[in-house]
Amino acid sequence: MSPSTAIYAAVALPLVGAALVVSLRRWPNLREAASLITGGALFGVVLSLLPHVQSGARPEAQVVEVMSGLWLAFKVEPLGMLFALVASGLWIVTTTYSIGYMRGQHEVDQTRFYAWFAIAISAAMGVAMAANLLTLFTFYELLTLSTYPLVTHHRTEKAMRAGRVYLGILLGTSIGFLLLAIIWTYYLAGTLDFRPGGILAGTADNWVIVVLLALFAFGTGKAALMPFHRWLPAAMVAPTPVSALLHAVAVVKAGVFSIMKIVVYIFGIELLHDTGLSIWLMYAAAFTIIAASLVALTKDNLKARLAYSTISQLSYIVLGAAMATSAGVLGGSMHIAMHAFGKITLFFCAGAIYVVAHKTDISDMRGIGRTMPITMTAFFIGALSIIGLPPMGGAWSKWFLALGALEAEKAIFVAVLMISSLLNVAYLMPIVARAFFVAPAEPAPGDDDFAGAPQGTVLGANGGSSIKEAPVFCLVALCATAAGCLALFFFADDLYQLLTPIVNP
Amino acid sequence: MIDNHLPILQILLPLVAAPLCLLLRHRVVVTALAIAVTWVTFAVSVALMATVLQQGPISYELGGWPPPWGIEYRVDILSAFVLVLVSGIGAVVATWSPASISVELPRYERHYLFYCAYLLCLTGLLGITITGDMFNVFVFLEISALSSYVLISMGQDRRALTAAYSYLIMGTLGATFILIGIGLLYIMTGTLNMADLALRLQDVADTRTVIVAFAFLIVGVSLKMALFPLHLWLPNAYAYAPSAVTAFLAATATKVAVYLLLRFFFTVFGYDFSFDRMQLWIVLMPLALIGILTASLVAVFQNNIKRMLAYSSVAQIGYMVLGISFASVSGLTGGVVHLFNHGLMKCTLFLAMGCIVYRCGSVHIDEMRGLGRRMPWTMAAFVAGGLSLIGVPMTVGFISKWFLVKAALEQGLWPVAGVILFSSLLAVVYIWRVIEVAYFEEPLAVDGQGPVREAPLSMLIPMWVLVAAIFYFGVTTELTAGIAQQAAASLLGVVP
Amino acid sequence: MMETIGLYNYWVVIVLMMTGFYIVVARDNLIKKVIGLSIFQTSVFLLFISVGKVEGGTAPIIADGFEVYSNPLPGVLILTAIVVGVATTAVALGLVVRINEEYGTIEETEIHRQDVEA
Repeated sequence: MSPSTAIYAAVALPLVGAALVVSLRRWPNLREAASLITGGALFGVVLSLLPHVQSGARPEAQVVEVMSGLWLAFKVEPLGMLFALVASGLWIVTTTYSIGYMRGQHEVDQTRFYAWFAIAISAAMGVAMAANLLTLFTFYELLTLSTYPLVTHHRTEKAMRAGRVYLGILLGTSIGFLLLAIIWTYYLAGTLDFRPGGILAGTADNWVIVVLLALFAFGTGKAALMPFHRWLPAAMVAPTPVSALLHAVAVVKAGVFSIMKIVVYIFGIELLHDTGLSIWLMYAAAFTIIAASLVALTKDNLKARLAYSTISQLSYIVLGAAMATSAGVLGGSMHIAMHAFGKITLFFCAGAIYVVAHKTDISDMRGIGRTMPITMTAFFIGALSIIGLPPMGGAWSKWFLALGALEAEKAIFVAVLMISSLLNVAYLMPIVARAFFVAPAEPAPGDDDFAGAPQGTVLGANGGSSIKEAPVFCLVALCATAAGCLALFFFADDLYQLLTPIVNP
Repeated sequence: MIDNHLPILQILLPLVAAPLCLLLRHRVVVTALAIAVTWVTFAVSVALMATVLQQGPISYELGGWPPPWGIEYRVDILSAFVLVLVSGIGAVVATWSPASISVELPRYERHYLFYCAYLLCLTGLLGITITGDMFNVFVFLEISALSSYVLISMGQDRRALTAAYSYLIMGTLGATFILIGIGLLYIMTGTLNMADLALRLQDVADTRTVIVAFAFLIVGVSLKMALFPLHLWLPNAYAYAPSAVTAFLAATATKVAVYLLLRFFFTVFGYDFSFDRMQLWIVLMPLALIGILTASLVAVFQNNIKRMLAYSSVAQIGYMVLGISFASVSGLTGGVVHLFNHGLMKCTLFLAMGCIVYRCGSVHIDEMRGLGRRMPWTMAAFVAGGLSLIGVPMTVGFISKWFLVKAALEQGLWPVAGVILFSSLLAVVYIWRVIEVAYFEEPLAVDGQGPVREAPLSMLIPMWVLVAAIFYFGVTTELTAGIAQQAAASLLGVVP
Repeated sequence: MMETIGLYNYWVVIVLMMTGFYIVVARDNLIKKVIGLSIFQTSVFLLFISVGKVEGGTAPIIADGFEVYSNPLPGVLILTAIVVGVATTAVALGLVVRINEEYGTIEETEIHRQDVEA
């Protein structure tokens, strides 16, 4: 398969998958098989592009000229390669997980769920491989719109309100700020192509650069930079697989990925580094890191806590981009992968707990580790990675980010990273501790919390002694991603090698 | 041979077919005739467009009298573009209409009257666009206006009658204002041919009479295109007219008035007079901006969805006028391309409304509960049109916004760019109200007539042709923005 | 002074135009509005015809002994405009009849009241 065919295939395959899912709606097993096969094929296709990118090639595909000089076009560079690999790889895992979760929960409209999921992945592929801002924006909006039906999947009043927040913020920022910034960039630079070294250098005054950077940073609402972060907690009404893949990986990473790409290929690291025009963004990101962590501490709902943790972690990547140093950019980019594996594991675990024990609040999760040891071990591994302790992948990205802060001669941000790590410990570790070391609450007689659990073996009277794990599809998925966290620690060098060209073209 | 007479065929076909409808009377025959004629008319306009693109503007001397004595039909790239839009929409709506009017015109079993008025209206709109003679503009203006009053008054609701009446009053005032303007210009120059006028006006441009004529034409055209604050006739007229009429008029009538604005102030008066000396943009830009904002806001609070879309139309007219008021190539391109694009998307939206009226009998927002499941294809078309109205990429609305925002930034008017984008967000609000009701609420309990079903294919297919166009022209714009850019350049007299 | 009086037909045009316009705007009765509209249109017809008249000119038929002709074109144009005006009035009256059938009144405020109540 030629590289350009592979690019087309990467965007088109999930759409084909969606069509298959819809046409197989009467046969759930075949339908899920279609999802899995599409996921596998997609990953294979994306993987086939990897050697080209590693060897320094930049596979391209031009689709259509939208306006004179503005193409809908794709071009795979290392950053996009990484994002595409992460998103497509984790899609397979998530699909596996979804089968367990959606069936375990007896969710309605599963066909619609899988179909929109596939479309969202297609949009994420488009974002990853976009060759210019126009293409990026197109798929960015498509991603917003295709995840809306997933967020509002339950069609309840609550889901509808959450959907309003979701769309309101994401569309509002992207149309209000991002589109303005894009057209402004086009007006200034006469092109929207992502080019090594950037396209804006020497085209505008400093204040215009600052305004543009602000428009881009806040316009990319998916990056959840405060104060435009409210959509992410709102999106947690969605079924857990959506929160796991889309709102810990594909959608939010599309946001920070866009910012990273804009900093590297539109502004150019040199421009921002030499002028110091992005320093304010470092402070904004640092604020979000700390503030979101503090909010996370106050949340008792597990998914809400994870959502705020995500907001905080996303700003690591924004921080790395804003540093405009090579270590910062590399650290931020690596964090895209590291955080993806860590956070998806945590969400998988949260979903598993919900399926088995119908618990959403952390305060209810006493002793859950005794009945669900595998799940909670995975949770522990994911948490370690998020905190950034070796031997988990998250350690590396924090390392590079700290290095980048020093390179930028802003030692204060090293302190920010340290404080944030401590806060991570403070909001993640109690969950693990409570799960393993606190005795479970005695279920009240006639408490149908457990009786209603659809899966697993029947519990003894005192609840704590017997093992009652999540559906096997869920278990496989969360073990895989937990293993991924570990593996990333040992294979970080490959990641580093892949990404280096973006800072040393 | 026939090629040379394409310009007159463009007008003659629907003009002759209209009285034929009265003579034939048989419902099926008349319907078939109307559909056939509109499609042939569309083919003619496409042929004209192709000719213009190859050979440049066409001048056709009516009755063999050379201009400026005789009436000249003049097809340049701008008029060909508008002709294609008007005749294309005319054909699609005519194809869509039979099922709709059989339900909506129960008291008018004589459908031939409907098609007669419809074809006359089409004739008038095409005539305005094709003619190069000022007085001829007035005549065609009245042909289209009179037939559209009749069409609007055919609505089921009795308020259609009052809506048609107030449109008649406002429309006649507008047309008479235009006639006064034309008269004053004739007094000063002694000619009615647009090209000739443009030449002769240069000598007398400073006289008070010409300035007064200019003012009368502005007011007249603004009334016709429903520019804020002269839009008051429009919401009721669109809300209570039969759905087919609304879809047709919303996509064509105001667009042709915008075309007139361009013709009068760029071709006849010329950029130098209109914008340099008279500073026309000082009038147009604030009105456009206020119109965009207020009409979008009012749209948010409408419960009758046709009315909501009508207010949205007023706002969209604001976009077109805004683009024109920049008087730059990108601004005019944005205005002209939005003229075309908005025609496509608003027609789609109103056709979707028509399908809903066909099945539910009303477009009150409460009626739309659960329609996302009951009428999936209709609602999907509505969503597509709505997304385009918002300006989501890969839809035509995005292209329009792109050019308009770019034009605003080129002039350093970034607050104007902000207004354009902000009102897109208002569009999100009013479109999403409908989407939430249609997809989240349970369907209404139906009293005794079974659940609401999807609209028939005869309605769905024409509607989805437009949906396809929305996406096609949203992705590749050589045929829309490319042509609009050439038209803009020729209006401003610069080389593209 | 003489010039002002000499242009008296233009003054008539303006008076008629304003009268008609006022009636359209200010009257409540739909028929009266139509009348106002007709007066308004008529004033414009007068304007055109005044333009075409040449002092001492005759009908534009070429014949010996006549040197000065009036301009025939405005007259021709106005013939068309009159037809349009008649058609407009006819449609307007037709609408008023239908409105009267439906609402039982042709007073605008009364119609508005009924619409609000409905």
